[in-house]
Amino acid sequence: MPIYNLSINGSNQVIDSDSNTPLLWILRDNLNLNGTKYGCGIAQCGACTVHLNGVAVRSCQLPVSAIGSEKITTIEGLSENGDHPVQKAWLEHDVPQCGYCQSGQIMNASALLEANPNPTEEEIEIAMHGNICRCGTYTRIKAAIQSAANS
Amino acid sequence: MKIVKTSIGRRSFIKSSALAGGGMMLGFSWLASCDMSSKKIKALPKQWYKINGFLKIGENGMATIMSPNPEIGQNIKTSMPMIVAEELDIDWDNVKVEQAPLNTTIFKRQIAGGSQSIRQGWDSLRMAGATARAMLIQAAAQTWNVSTDKITTSKGLLIHQPSGNKAGYGEMASIAAQIQVPNEIVLKDYKDFKIIGTSRKNVDGPDIVSGKPLFGLDYKTNNMLIAMIVHPPAFGMRLKSIDDSDALKMSGIKNIFKIKTHNDDYNLGSFDNNAFNELAVIVGNSTWEVIQAKKVLKVSWEIAPASKKEINSWGGRKVIVETPAGLESTDTHYSILENRSKTTKAKIVRKDGNPEAVFKNASKILERTYTCPFLAHNTMEPMNFFADVSENKALLVGPIQTPEAMEKSVSKRLGIPLKNIEIQMTRMGGGFGRRLYGHFLTEAAVISKEMKQPVKLIYSREDDMTQGTYRPSYHALYRAAFDNENNLIAFHVRAGGIPESPLAANRFPAGAIDHYLAEEWSENTNITVGAFRAPRSNFIAGAEQSFLDEISEFIKKDPIDFRLELLEKAEKNPVGKKNDYEASRYSEVLKLVKEKSKWSVNNSNIYRGTAAYFCHNSYVANVLDIKLIDGEPVIQKVYCAIDCGIVVNPDSAINLAQGGVVDGIGHAMYSAITFKDGSPQQNNFDKYRLIRHKEAPKKIEVHFIKSQVDPTGLGEPPFPPIIGALANALYKATGIRHYSQPFINELKTKKILG
Repeated sequence: MPIYNLSINGSNQVIDSDSNTPLLWILRDNLNLNGTKYGCGIAQCGACTVHLNGVAVRSCQLPVSAIGSEKITTIEGLSENGDHPVQKAWLEHDVPQCGYCQSGQIMNASALLEANPNPTEEEIEIAMHGNICRCGTYTRIKAAIQSAANS
Repeated sequence: MKIVKTSIGRRSFIKSSALAGGGMMLGFSWLASCDMSSKKIKALPKQWYKINGFLKIGENGMATIMSPNPEIGQNIKTSMPMIVAEELDIDWDNVKVEQAPLNTTIFKRQIAGGSQSIRQGWDSLRMAGATARAMLIQAAAQTWNVSTDKITTSKGLLIHQPSGNKAGYGEMASIAAQIQVPNEIVLKDYKDFKIIGTSRKNVDGPDIVSGKPLFGLDYKTNNMLIAMIVHPPAFGMRLKSIDDSDALKMSGIKNIFKIKTHNDDYNLGSFDNNAFNELAVIVGNSTWEVIQAKKVLKVSWEIAPASKKEINSWGGRKVIVETPAGLESTDTHYSILENRSKTTKAKIVRKDGNPEAVFKNASKILERTYTCPFLAHNTMEPMNFFADVSENKALLVGPIQTPEAMEKSVSKRLGIPLKNIEIQMTRMGGGFGRRLYGHFLTEAAVISKEMKQPVKLIYSREDDMTQGTYRPSYHALYRAAFDNENNLIAFHVRAGGIPESPLAANRFPAGAIDHYLAEEWSENTNITVGAFRAPRSNFIAGAEQSFLDEISEFIKKDPIDFRLELLEKAEKNPVGKKNDYEASRYSEVLKLVKEKSKWSVNNSNIYRGTAAYFCHNSYVANVLDIKLIDGEPVIQKVYCAIDCGIVVNPDSAINLAQGGVVDGIGHAMYSAITFKDGSPQQNNFDKYRLIRHKEAPKKIEVHFIKSQVDPTGLGEPPFPPIIGALANALYKATGIRHYSQPFINELKTKKILG
């Protein structure tokens, strides 16, 4: 199988894998980075969201062969001590219920704030529309994003 | 102050000598180094002393409290230990929480279901904390040679005022661990609570937001293989044969075979519920490789015959379950619902007065019918389980709401005694009732046994959504009779469903109307169903509350005042004796939501709907506000008033109620599983619509009745009534009454936004 050199959370990872393997399964099965979640496998739920050069992408639809030298950041690499402003806002608002979708929500929200530091309520709703929270924590997610934007 | 016998959960205090520290006494030099200021202790202790099954205390004063029940997002992993910590009288900052193992000799009812964890755990959790506190006091009394009655505690400190002695819990822990469990202990007065009733953050919060491996799907061991299943494409079909000639050659594939989850002679328990007992299994090195082989594997199916099985139901009852043959479709289901509701003689469950005669002589009759579709639970973390089964031993790790029942089931299947089976509960990526039914745990065990290696079984989203265990499809016919002065004089409900009735015959408005008739019916199916957040109430509440809204409109009364009038009658002059709600508590939540929502103040831009319901021992009332923006209904705000007794962790309780509101709105508005020739027509989130960010209410305000009643459930009660409030507000906004879920199908617009 082909060998890929990936830049993940600032370090180089050598991956021996079938070229079609989605990044999601490389992260989870090969690299033990389990913070990125499997939810649907068809880019409909957002649980697998990671950053590709700072932009939110669904890792279940990103084949390992398409990554090249682009920089990948996962929830584990968002901050060193879990203290990214978005993570802090999530804790301040005690957002999670089951918690399963939240790393995807956080990765999507942090990419949004990187591109648009002061989003309106409507811009937040549109940007977050692809991330399902089955427990229904949407109002808290929105409040946490607004807090993070103000911090 | 309340003195209680420690008999409840007495087995909880069986000590483990290995953890008890073997009677080791710590030198009193510890006194000097002990932090007496009850500040946060940063370092882990060098030694833990197990005081009882629920808690251990370290020599530095830190406590570890076990959370006995499975965590599905209801946050009991924080709130159950809070109850122990309250009675232990320790600073919450110095508490570590661990998920307890399955051990029903120590812990009571290790189930996540029926909104019962806090309600049924309340006494034993308080007792666990209070007993440990009493033993620490006893240890201090022995050490200082004083009597126990003058020793007080505060935030992890023992204080004997007369002698001036003080010690941290940590200093007395080794002695306390050796002390006999007292026969009686003193529980705190509610007014003295310092932790219960204060908001404490989710103990797993930091791990969740930083992506730590908390969930079953994240669990792995070094030599673990990945397994996936292929189940029949339609209900009413079964596995015939597999052709693995191509799939087995694929990269990373170890084995392909058939399994029977249970043997034919096994009497299923109620949590073994499963449409597809025979499955094709693919085992390989990595998830992606197994997913690829799954696409290539050729499986043939055949029509399954009808069957009749005896099930060992929960509580030991034996129930005969008949499963018809055939490939069912939603169109046929709706014809059955309609026809059976009209023509079948239903079973009378409750009758007060003479409803038939009153209906016959009524001046006016209002009749309406309501329906809902099957729903999939769709937990965000799909079904999965880890199993490591060897000759006479099994380790099972993963997300399960019923570990005790499944341990028994898997023990029988593997022929391994219970004592050699260990089930570890992981945090669950959602439950909603789905993980009460643990066939996936048994399947993982059978696969691991076959492979003689640890495996993790993973359901794809498609496997998960099309497997069954759905919320049933229900129907309710309501009739109300009026005299010529528009007084409501009789009430009739005939409810049924596939395959169960949603009726709760003794709930409101039973007890408030002199002539009342409640009937039910059901029709068998081969589509499997299971408890879905607030079973039965999740439909009947919305139907009933929509109908009451229509009655109040018909007789020109304010919908809240109309309900309050009925409840006043139920309180002062109840009809019948079996009414299962307290009318005064029901009224209070309606009054609270009326006050908080400023219901009486007119605002011409806001369209409001109200509803209230009692289920799972708690009372909830809602007001839901809709605004029309560019002609489209937008949910602006939801007010929620709740009586669930004492609220243990308020902010977390608000979170759970907000989630219940969003969940109720989402499913009533958008979601459905439909069938064609037995095959589910939705298999992923592109076709199965779940509520998303911009469709959720802009704001959800939650208010609790201040109460000294022991706590009741909160996982389920906020879900059912909001569906009625939504339907009633939509009617005000659009003029359309909603009778069939999902409501989106009845609206002209498809663009409903939150």
